[in-house]
Amino acid sequence: MSNTVYQDLKEKDPNIKKTKILEALETEDLSVSFTDALDNEMVLNMGPQHPATHGVLRLLVSLDGETVMKCIPELGYLHRGYEKLAEASTYHEFIPHTDRLDYLSPMANNVAYAQAVEKLIHLEIPERGKFIRVIIAELARIQSHLLAIGALVMDIGAVTPFLWAIREREKILDLYDTICGARFTTSYTRIGGVAQDISDEGLAGIKNFIDEFIANLNEMRDLVERNKIFIVRCEGIGYLSKEDCIELGLTGPLLRAAGVSRDLRKDDPYLVYDKLDFNIPTYNQSDCLGRYYVRVEELIESVKIIRQCLEKIPQGPHNTLQTKKVLPKKDRVYTKMEELIHDFMIINFGVNPPAGESYSAIESSKGELGFYFISDGSGNPFRLKIRAPSFCNLQALAPMMKNCMISDTVVIIGSVDPVMGEADK
Amino acid sequence: MTEEKLNLLKSKLQNYNVEYTDTNGTPALYINKDDIIEICKVLKNDNDLKFNLLVDAISVDRFVKKNRFEMFYNLVSIEYNQRIFLKIKLESHDPEMQSLSQIWKSANWYEREAFDMMGIKFTNHPDLRRMYMPENYEYNPLKKDFPLMGIPDSIPLPNK
Repeated sequence: MSNTVYQDLKEKDPNIKKTKILEALETEDLSVSFTDALDNEMVLNMGPQHPATHGVLRLLVSLDGETVMKCIPELGYLHRGYEKLAEASTYHEFIPHTDRLDYLSPMANNVAYAQAVEKLIHLEIPERGKFIRVIIAELARIQSHLLAIGALVMDIGAVTPFLWAIREREKILDLYDTICGARFTTSYTRIGGVAQDISDEGLAGIKNFIDEFIANLNEMRDLVERNKIFIVRCEGIGYLSKEDCIELGLTGPLLRAAGVSRDLRKDDPYLVYDKLDFNIPTYNQSDCLGRYYVRVEELIESVKIIRQCLEKIPQGPHNTLQTKKVLPKKDRVYTKMEELIHDFMIINFGVNPPAGESYSAIESSKGELGFYFISDGSGNPFRLKIRAPSFCNLQALAPMMKNCMISDTVVIIGSVDPVMGEADK
Repeated sequence: MTEEKLNLLKSKLQNYNVEYTDTNGTPALYINKDDIIEICKVLKNDNDLKFNLLVDAISVDRFVKKNRFEMFYNLVSIEYNQRIFLKIKLESHDPEMQSLSQIWKSANWYEREAFDMMGIKFTNHPDLRRMYMPENYEYNPLKKDFPLMGIPDSIPLPNK
């Protein structure tokens, strides 16, 4: 008697129906017939509540012994319909929602969103605003990469570096507290600038942080990079060739670990990145170890960028003075008639960009984070499409996991560093 | 994109019926859905173009009588550092087009998302399932006629 499990079930109950996700998992070479119970493939359901999947990612893995034959990622457990919500809210109202996209680097999302709206309404922001945005975007990159590295190392079994990374990350959250008054859901940018100017105290805090950061990072690196267990478990794991990486639409550290030096900060410079001096680290291994090193070196480059910004940041206004598009200051709203009218119009009817379409993207910590707007001239976007890097990067999970061991799956997920808030939208 | 590069692109695609527009500084090409596969093969494989990175696919519901749905493809050439949009107009009823996943593998999930959210069908797609919503869900949430608050009882609650 040689039957697959499904055929056996079908004989007992002809009405049984297979779900589509199980059909997708089955391939011709997988539906092997078996006589011995130890000789068959097993379907393992990882997640959505699994600590190694970093959120609510569900993986259906079919195993032959300990080897992964095929893997199907299943998304949608954190789907909140942000694209639909955006159509019903004004351009300003959507800013707090961007915090909840990639919740590990909310500042970068704020910057990307505000920049996309400004491109749509053709608004230029002043120099100081641009420098502030670069500083917070790079702080967000450090914040996100620290957790990516820490969680990757913790999944391998080293808990101490994770705690040290969280300790540094905590300092950045405290800095956000001084800059904008919130630690986690920042909502700091506004259309035409930022909510409030960075105080001298805030700038001094950032300077203190980056002065100490490299030493603290090196302390963590000493613990990790000479550890044989870490190297053996990362080297050559999750390999994906350069051609496949491009074919699968990867961006960010995953693509740079495959030797493609694509970074929007250099290729399509936005804000003031063309005035700053920094490198794009690339590696050729395209495995988990290469991705780890790309992230570590990006941390060092980010510190370099922030240091230059702190030296070059000019005095002046942080917001554009186009009162019909930019929210006026609250003290003026309460005392001046003109500002009160503008505030009322912007809050109730929105900024009303001209009818048209626009796409703008930044290099966030995970890759290209873009917003595609279609405007019909009213206060709400007609359509907003979020190009979320985590969503696109997750597509590479299945080819990376092919023929790896079940214990390597957590390492590969850690090296891809998906954030489900962003992937599920 | 410079004038010179755009003329090069036009000369490569002169055999096809293409309408050139502009999306806030980025060239956008409206093409017929019948010769999409051939045009994409030219865009990807031609040595002077090499649009090898498919960044995103965007589905749009214009909510008009004719050509209600549209698909935009966001293409990047890494080598020449250029970006273009490919735009395809689709019918108002049962929109259907060829899948681009045979040319760029990354189109797989992007098109699954469009199928889920807008109900656009892609022929020759390797694995056309819903991306976010449950398998047995009947509606397409991003269509303009779907209410913002959702449809009551469209997702059965447990123990019901």
